[in-house]
Amino acid sequence: MKPHALLYASFTTILTPAMLAGLLVSAPAQAGGVTAGTLIENTAEATYEEGGGAPRNISSNTVVVKVDELLDVTLTSLDPGRLTARPGDAVLTFELTNQGNGPEAFRLLADPAVAGNDFDTTFRAIAIDSNGNGTYDDGVDQIMTQPQTTPVLAQDARLTLFVLVTVPQGAADGQTSTVALSAQAVTGSGTPGTVFDNAGVDGGDAIVGTTGALATARGVLSNSVASVELAKSVVLRDPFGGTGAVPGTVATFTIEARVSGSGEVANLVVTDAIPAGTTYAPGTLALDGSALSDAVDGDAGAASGTNRISVKLGNVAAGTRRAVTFNVTIN
Amino acid sequence: MKPINKLILALAAATALAAPAMPLLAQGAPSPVVLSGDVKAVKTVTGPDGKERSELVEPSTIVPGDRLVFGTDYANKGAEPVTNFIVTNPLPAAVRLAPDADKALTVSVDGGKTWGAVGALTVSNPDGTTRPAAQADVTHVRWVLASIAPGVAGRLTYPAIIR
Repeated sequence: MKPHALLYASFTTILTPAMLAGLLVSAPAQAGGVTAGTLIENTAEATYEEGGGAPRNISSNTVVVKVDELLDVTLTSLDPGRLTARPGDAVLTFELTNQGNGPEAFRLLADPAVAGNDFDTTFRAIAIDSNGNGTYDDGVDQIMTQPQTTPVLAQDARLTLFVLVTVPQGAADGQTSTVALSAQAVTGSGTPGTVFDNAGVDGGDAIVGTTGALATARGVLSNSVASVELAKSVVLRDPFGGTGAVPGTVATFTIEARVSGSGEVANLVVTDAIPAGTTYAPGTLALDGSALSDAVDGDAGAASGTNRISVKLGNVAAGTRRAVTFNVTIN
Repeated sequence: MKPINKLILALAAATALAAPAMPLLAQGAPSPVVLSGDVKAVKTVTGPDGKERSELVEPSTIVPGDRLVFGTDYANKGAEPVTNFIVTNPLPAAVRLAPDADKALTVSVDGGKTWGAVGALTVSNPDGTTRPAAQADVTHVRWVLASIAPGVAGRLTYPAIIR
C-alpha cells in the first residue's frame, strides 16, 4: 500500500465492490486479474516403483512467486450524449473504474478549455457521488479538495464523479463546450510496462498496464438559450376615415414578442408606456386577439390608467410569437 | 530488490510434504529419485536485429496476463531403475494452462479425478449440460514415464498464464 492508502483506509471498506458474486468459479476472475500480492505456489508430486516394491511418493520443492500490482484505469462519461445546458451551473457525470489488480487511488484533473470549444466553461469543482445515487446532490456529495485524489479504490471498484462547471452568460444558443476529465494512478502512470520498484501492494512492484494507468473522458455541453425580440408597430385611424394623426385619432399599437433560440424564456412580461399626449382606450388591451381586462386581476393583462399597459406571458417556448395590442386616442 | 523480495522459496524437505495418505514403504531410506521445481517468466525482448523473441527470465515482476513456465527436473540418482514414474502437478489457482500447451499433455479438469488429453475431456455447466474442456479448465497436469534408468535425468514443463 502506498502511504496515502492509510489515510483513506476507512473508505476502502465502503468502496469494495461485491466481488463475492462469482463464487461458483474457483479461480479469481476479476477484470484486473489475480489480485496483487497473491502468491502463486507450484509443487509437483511423483509416485514410482522401485524393484517391484510398493509405490513411493515424493514431492518437489514448492516454488513461490508473488503477483505484482498492475496499474490500470478507465474513465467514461455517463452523460447520455450532449448535455443541454444554459448559462449558469452545469454538472457532467463520469465513472472511474480501477481496472488494476490492487487497491489504488487516482488523481483527477478537469479541463474545461478543450481545443475546438465554442466557449469554455469555468471549472468549479469535482465531486464524488457520496450517496451513490448517480445524481449530483449539492451539499451532500463530497466536493474534492486539491490535490483532487480519489479514495483508494479496491480492484474493480467504480466511482461516480461529477464535474461542476459554470456556463458563461455570453455563450450563444447552440454553441457547445467539451469538458475533459483525466485520472491517473497515484502510484504512477506512463508507458505500459513501466515498473515502479517496491511501489505496489505488500512491497511488490507496480507495473503500468495497457491503459497507461491514465484515462481521459469527455463530456459535451450544448448551450441552450432563448432570446426575445419585441417589434412594435402602430396603425392610425383618424375621425375622418383617414390615417392622419389629429386629436381624436385612434392609434392601435401592436407589440409582437418573438422568442427565438432554443428552450424557453421564463416569466416574460411585456410592458409599454402610454405615449404622452394620448389616452388609453379602456377595454382595448388584447393578447393574440383575445381581450384582456384592464384590471390587475386573474388574467394576464393590466392597463393602469393613463400610464402603461402590462401583459404577463409567463414561460414562452422558443419559436413562439405573441402579439399584444391596445388602442390609444390622441388628445 | 527482486531476488530477495520476489522470493522463489525453495522449501526443502520434499518428503515432509508428501501426502500422508500414501503408503510409505521403505520409510527412512532416501528416495533415489529427486524432483526439483522452478519457475521462469517468459518475456518478449527485441534483439539487436529488431526481431522480437521470447526469453525465459527470473520472474521479477509479474502481473496478470504474463506467461510463466513451471519446470520440474527429475533425476534417478539410485543404482536401480524406477518404474511407473508418474508426476502430478496441480495448477495454482491463480494461473491457467496456456492455450498453446502441448495438446497431448495428460491433464485433469476435475481436480484430478479423471485424466486425458484436454480435447478428450468435458466440463459440466451449471445447468447440467456439458461442453468441451479448454486449457483454462485444467486443474492438474500429469506426466507418466514407464521407467527411469539409473543416472538418467529429465525435465518436465508446462506453460501457464496468470489469470
